[in-house]
Amino acid sequence: MSFKYIEGIALAEAAFEAEGKDLKELFEACAAAFMDTSANPTSIKSVIQKEISINAKDVESLLYNFLEELVFLKDAEAIVFNKVEVTEISETSVKATAIGDKINKEKQELRADVKAITMHMFKVEKTDAGWKAMVVMDI
Amino acid sequence: MIPEKIKQINEFTWELPKEGEMHVPVKIFATKDLLEGMDDAVFTQAVNVANLKGIQKYSYVMPDGHSGYGFPIGGVAGMDINEGVISPGGIGFDINCGMRALTTNLTYNDVKDKIKELVDLLFERIPTGVGCKGFVKLNRGEFQEIMTTGAKWVIENGYGWEKDLQNIEEYGCIQGANPDKVSDKAISRGINQIGTLGSGNHFMEIQVAKKENIFNNDIANAWNIKQPDQVTAMIHCGSRGFGHQVASDYLKKFLDVMPKYGIKILDRELSCAPFSSPEGQDYFSAMACAANMAFANRQVILHRVRECFSQVFDRSPEDMEMNLLYDVAHNIAKIEAHNVNNNPKKLVMHRKGATRAFGPHRMKGHPVFEKTGQPVIIGGSMETGSFLLAGTDKSEETFCSTAHGAGRCMSRSQAKKQVSGKDLQKKLMEKGIYIKSASFSGLAEEAGFAYKDIRSVVDVMEKAGITKKVVSLIPIGNIKG
Repeated sequence: MSFKYIEGIALAEAAFEAEGKDLKELFEACAAAFMDTSANPTSIKSVIQKEISINAKDVESLLYNFLEELVFLKDAEAIVFNKVEVTEISETSVKATAIGDKINKEKQELRADVKAITMHMFKVEKTDAGWKAMVVMDI
Repeated sequence: MIPEKIKQINEFTWELPKEGEMHVPVKIFATKDLLEGMDDAVFTQAVNVANLKGIQKYSYVMPDGHSGYGFPIGGVAGMDINEGVISPGGIGFDINCGMRALTTNLTYNDVKDKIKELVDLLFERIPTGVGCKGFVKLNRGEFQEIMTTGAKWVIENGYGWEKDLQNIEEYGCIQGANPDKVSDKAISRGINQIGTLGSGNHFMEIQVAKKENIFNNDIANAWNIKQPDQVTAMIHCGSRGFGHQVASDYLKKFLDVMPKYGIKILDRELSCAPFSSPEGQDYFSAMACAANMAFANRQVILHRVRECFSQVFDRSPEDMEMNLLYDVAHNIAKIEAHNVNNNPKKLVMHRKGATRAFGPHRMKGHPVFEKTGQPVIIGGSMETGSFLLAGTDKSEETFCSTAHGAGRCMSRSQAKKQVSGKDLQKKLMEKGIYIKSASFSGLAEEAGFAYKDIRSVVDVMEKAGITKKVVSLIPIGNIKG
């Protein structure tokens, strides 16, 4: 499971590429990139658990909607996460558990507020080694 | 790299001629240096915008232009209301991100010994940073009132002065808002975020108008900037998670309906629908809700700023003449009447990272601005300062649009590699700018060197006759998300 930030995609934003040997690893790597962009995960306690369940027409929409759900929970419930574990996954449905804590700028090392997951260069593809995705977040 | 086909019109104007499926040429305002500094994608994106149905005259790029998604940042496009499209990508995720400037009768001498106390209090009282919640508790009915009436509702409920309204673009309320067109998700994201700054490049700043930085005395005087080293303040933020969700919702919806309307998808972020279609109308109604929420958001923050000054200086905001100078939107679509080749037309004006710049003629009826033109607020980086400009009647040439800020020239990750947030905070402190931020990495991303030279940006628009420089404002205190 891994992700790396990519430069030179869009100046004002944060882009990353993620890989996994299967969809579970890919989705967890993408969630890790989102969490790392929002805050330093090691500064967040594991206090709150949220269950995520998404269905979509294809694997691209599935990843897009899954990441959007993390953005939604960050604003609607004011939570930052330190761990996302995918429990069930296919190309059209995903179930996951996200763990984190209520946002507190005194206690946590907060970073950037992700406004949206964009469709700019958004891509999910199967590779010889498993799966790969490219995501640009608006911050 | 500058495209080979570009034609230089004069020292500060360039054109990419119409070709292929372009309906209009691209017009770029920039010096040669600014043009060379633009990333390649700006040109591709501006050409893609020129391909959109119903676009009139030009696909414009302002001198602070850089690539975004779909539309470039600094992009302006006026679409025919009957024939043209509306595109969420031409507005941006942060609907009605904008700037608000206020004046005071304090001078630097009154403030300098209390700047730390003031900034610390502002940082404590104005929620900033990732997912921050506001202090105005609203039920759904009240939030709907804000969606339809904007700044008016919050003023009536104690967050501001009645006279603030006349100094807000569209009087703080875009007509046509319909909360039924907004998703529950958007409401859940935004209902607790009134009165919050957010993060990224959003800020609240205390500034000084030095005598040597006043370019137009008459207008500065008319705008109540009258004494040497007078203190002013600026707020930069938008519609928070509420607007971001509205934009995401409709971006997806439009992608699904584009084939039905025979619109080719050039770039998924340039998704659009005919303005007159049910989907186009729904998006405009939802976008207006988000725009109105943003006006209310900046109004509540202004109220908090007045409270904080009042506490620190032990004087009433009225006594300190903490008047709102103006509030402008720089990520928005609006219906405006313009002349297109001498024909009056109603246009859906898309301004993404661009500001409306009405001249005196269009501000008729306003006690001050009918003489001076509309104030345009150009937010700079926290190191280099910001500008107040005045719109001119010649701005009709760009459908009354001008630049919005300095414009980035370096990526966020590159900026973080060059300086740490802590070092930057210290360096700025030595320069006399006291900064508090919810995020040190976020602070580093906003370093002055990550932005273009704001002076060349405003000079280009002055030479083009669209806006004139009134004053540049130097930061002395800043809070950031």
